[in-house]
Amino acid sequence: MTLAAAHPGFLSPTGVEIVFVLVGIATLAAAVVTVTTSKLVHAALWLVAALGGIAVEYLLLTAEFIAWVQVLIYVGSVVVLLLFGLMLTKAPIVPTVPRGHPSYGALRAEAREAADSGNRWPALAVALAAAATLVTVVVDAFRSSWIDVDRSVQGSAGVTGEVLFQHWVLPFEALSVLLLAALVGAIILSRKGGADAGEPAQGTEPGQGAGQGEQPGPTAGREEQG
Amino acid sequence: MTTTTLAVLVPLLPFLGAVAGLLLGRRAPGFVRPLAVLPTLLATCLAGVIAFQHGESDPLKAATELTPTGNAALPVELALHIDGFAALVLLLVGVVACCVQLYSTGYLREDRRYSSYAALVSLFTSAMFLVVYSDDLIVLLVGWEIMGICSYFLVGHYWETRAARDASLKAFLVTKLGDVPFLIGILALASEMGSFRISTITARLGSSLSGFHLDNPTLIALLLLAGVAGKSALFPLHTWLPDAMAGPTPVSALIHAATMVAAGIYFVARLLPVFAASAAALTVLALMAAVTMVGSALAALAQDDIKRVLAYSTIGQLAYMAGALAVADRGAAVFHLVSHGAFKALLFLGAGVLIHAAGTNSLAAMSRMRGLAQRAPDAYWTMTIALLALAAIPPFAGFFSKEAVLGAAEHAALGDAHGVPVGAGWTVLISGLATALLTAAYAARLWLRAFHGGTQDAPDHGREPAVMTTVLWVLALPSLAFGILYGVLPDWFDGHSLTPTLITSVLATGLAGVGGIMTYATWRHTTVFAARVPLGAVAAHPERDPAVSEVEAIVSHEPAYGDRAGAPDPADPGRLLLGPLYRHAAQGFHLDAVYTALVVRPVQAAARLVRFLDRTVVDTYVRGAGLGPRLLGSAVRRAQTGNAQTYLGALLAGSLVLAVAAVLVAAGTGGA
Amino acid sequence: MHLAYPAVLAVLLFCVGIYGVLARRNAILVLISVELMLNAVNLNLVAFDVWLRDTLHTGQALTLFIIAVAAAEIGIGLAIVLLVHRNRGTADIDRLRDLREPEGPDDEPEAPAEQGHSAGRQTA
Repeated sequence: MTLAAAHPGFLSPTGVEIVFVLVGIATLAAAVVTVTTSKLVHAALWLVAALGGIAVEYLLLTAEFIAWVQVLIYVGSVVVLLLFGLMLTKAPIVPTVPRGHPSYGALRAEAREAADSGNRWPALAVALAAAATLVTVVVDAFRSSWIDVDRSVQGSAGVTGEVLFQHWVLPFEALSVLLLAALVGAIILSRKGGADAGEPAQGTEPGQGAGQGEQPGPTAGREEQG
Repeated sequence: MTTTTLAVLVPLLPFLGAVAGLLLGRRAPGFVRPLAVLPTLLATCLAGVIAFQHGESDPLKAATELTPTGNAALPVELALHIDGFAALVLLLVGVVACCVQLYSTGYLREDRRYSSYAALVSLFTSAMFLVVYSDDLIVLLVGWEIMGICSYFLVGHYWETRAARDASLKAFLVTKLGDVPFLIGILALASEMGSFRISTITARLGSSLSGFHLDNPTLIALLLLAGVAGKSALFPLHTWLPDAMAGPTPVSALIHAATMVAAGIYFVARLLPVFAASAAALTVLALMAAVTMVGSALAALAQDDIKRVLAYSTIGQLAYMAGALAVADRGAAVFHLVSHGAFKALLFLGAGVLIHAAGTNSLAAMSRMRGLAQRAPDAYWTMTIALLALAAIPPFAGFFSKEAVLGAAEHAALGDAHGVPVGAGWTVLISGLATALLTAAYAARLWLRAFHGGTQDAPDHGREPAVMTTVLWVLALPSLAFGILYGVLPDWFDGHSLTPTLITSVLATGLAGVGGIMTYATWRHTTVFAARVPLGAVAAHPERDPAVSEVEAIVSHEPAYGDRAGAPDPADPGRLLLGPLYRHAAQGFHLDAVYTALVVRPVQAAARLVRFLDRTVVDTYVRGAGLGPRLLGSAVRRAQTGNAQTYLGALLAGSLVLAVAAVLVAAGTGGA
Repeated sequence: MHLAYPAVLAVLLFCVGIYGVLARRNAILVLISVELMLNAVNLNLVAFDVWLRDTLHTGQALTLFIIAVAAAEIGIGLAIVLLVHRNRGTADIDRLRDLREPEGPDDEPEAPAEQGHSAGRQTA
């Protein structure tokens, strides 16, 4: 911890800070587009941008290992999984028309209706109020705190590995059991035969049932490896 | 066995019989009749033994404390007091009760509820014995109220009919109306005289040395009179008695002619010194008696139902006894009570036979039947005797007892009786003479219309049960000959002479003769109409109980004749005799209508008001108390849309509010 | 670097996630919003870990765990969404209202879907 007097004010930012703020703005913008766009696949893709931005922020905070894990798991697998989910649930895809098209406005409104539920404005109010409150409190509490990012790297792979396998071994193993359980649960839940009250229906359609069951599989497996 | 033990057994035996009858009635139907008849018969024999042992000697007294009352000087005692009055009345009650029980075995032989009926009659008999024997006012009151409730049940014996239900309720409520002041009067009397014992009270009143005297004799006497008027059917509380004829005939004979209604008279006779202490009370009693006897005799002349004629006649005869008490001669009152009990029970039981034989209770229908006297010869002859006794024709019992009453009234009117207002004497004397005329008239009307004339043959009902006709002859004996005892009875009573005086005898018998002859002449005149206007509804059930015919006769009277009491019969001699009064007399001078307007309507209006207050005012608050939570609940239900996002939004908004509040509070305390 | 920058960024990302969770209709989009919220928390954890220079690196370890749990969550969540979509023909959250308060006796939730749903659960 450093005293408030020992670091420069907000009006004289360092280079890291400038980069952090710029990437942060980009990340935030990507996140906002993610939750507002009416095209579902676009939402997933914008999520990739937001998560990648966060990975960059981790790097700026000298947490290298977390950043690469973020890129690998989130960007690499979770988003792919979400895209599969969107396809499997036959998410409505709005036909794309150019901006000048006569039915552009109507289609856009229809797409927004399809993507957003009725309580959009209450949700906005709640979110804005929460943002205002939390920003006020956080800024009030930490405006004089300073992170010394130049002294040493905090989250290199070596450091993280040491800590993880010296001090956090037991939770780590417990987590692997959790992931196994999640794997099994996801397979059973998504089996085709599950909907037919235990009939041997999965035997009749082995390809589809197996394909769906396998989807969470590689993800979870990769988690364990990570 | 000592006499006291015998005396205790007298009320106890019918009571045990009643309990056994109620318990065994359903399980052992064979025991019901012996259980009904034998205890009463045995008790009557015991009563006879006691009467002959103690009738003329000093009163038998015995007492044991029953319960303390909180006032050490005022315990409730189980006390016996048997003097000549008690012994004689007891004998009457026993004999009539035996006759009625025997008669009922024939009259109600197939009735489904016979066992409970017989048990109630036994219970009633036991209660009457208790009233007669008891020397303690509270114990007497217990018997008095048991009689009231038995009367309620027995009048409502045919509860399938609306008339019986209404009549039983009316009898109960009207007598209770008198019983409330009666109870207050008893308590006031006991607290002023320092004892519940009747003999003690009368002794203390009679002796100037005892130090006790009544502070409010008039008030107490009037309070007691209210109960007496209710029980003994004196004006203005007599209206229940004619309606109570909706019960079975034996019940009418036992309760509403011979015993229960006599309890009020007997009570006044026992407590006569209390009433004699207040000239005002005697005057009120005399006026009540006068109004009752004249009014009831006029009403009896217009009734069509034979039992209602007898009921009004009962009211009139009770008023005679009340008149005797009003002139402070209890010997004459009890003399008339006993003789009237005998011949009126006979009249009712005979009427029961007649109703069965004729299949109707309507005099108008009977007057169109030929040969009813030949169909029921026992009823014809015994009822003739009883009607002659009722009309006070010498030498039948009614003549002597009624002359005793009129003689006492004359005595008082001439100022010879000590402490009795002369006006009371004259009132009783004049109204008594007028009633003698009317009594003979309605007795003659009843006799002529029931047994004579007519064109069509009476329906054949076969022979009457032997037990019923035998009982009639048993009762005919005292009706015929009881009056002869007028020379002996004063020794049993107070010692006042009961011998008929010449003037009143001649006057009253002459008036009775005039009444009878007038009625006969009118009847000869009107009877020709009978052939022209056919009238009548007959319920003929030769194979069934006599009671079945009676029920149907009671039920069908109103639809058949348009009225419960009268009938539109131009052949009725009463119509000619009474003239314009006939219509009002048939309705009992509209007293029921007056009560309806004065009491029933206001009570019903008050009930409606209470109902309104309850349903509309009170319930509004209750419903409001329910409605608030209901509305709140439906508002909360509305929030349960099933949309998880709404729930989550509300949850987050709420936690946000809490967080802001916590921050503000922390900032506030931090700033302070 | 000021701690306020990552903290404020985390807050804003979290609130964007809240908006998404509350406003999106498609269940998969809701899951995406949940991922955003989790990432906001992760960012917070990392920033504070770096700021505090914790020798155990609790924040970073926890971040790793959260990433793993989030992966499991998204797997299970997607499996559930698939199942719902297969049974009900829709993945719209505001149309899954079986647990709402019925407004009248006739307004019961459709029975066959309910049966199929529960049967699926039993088999699972």
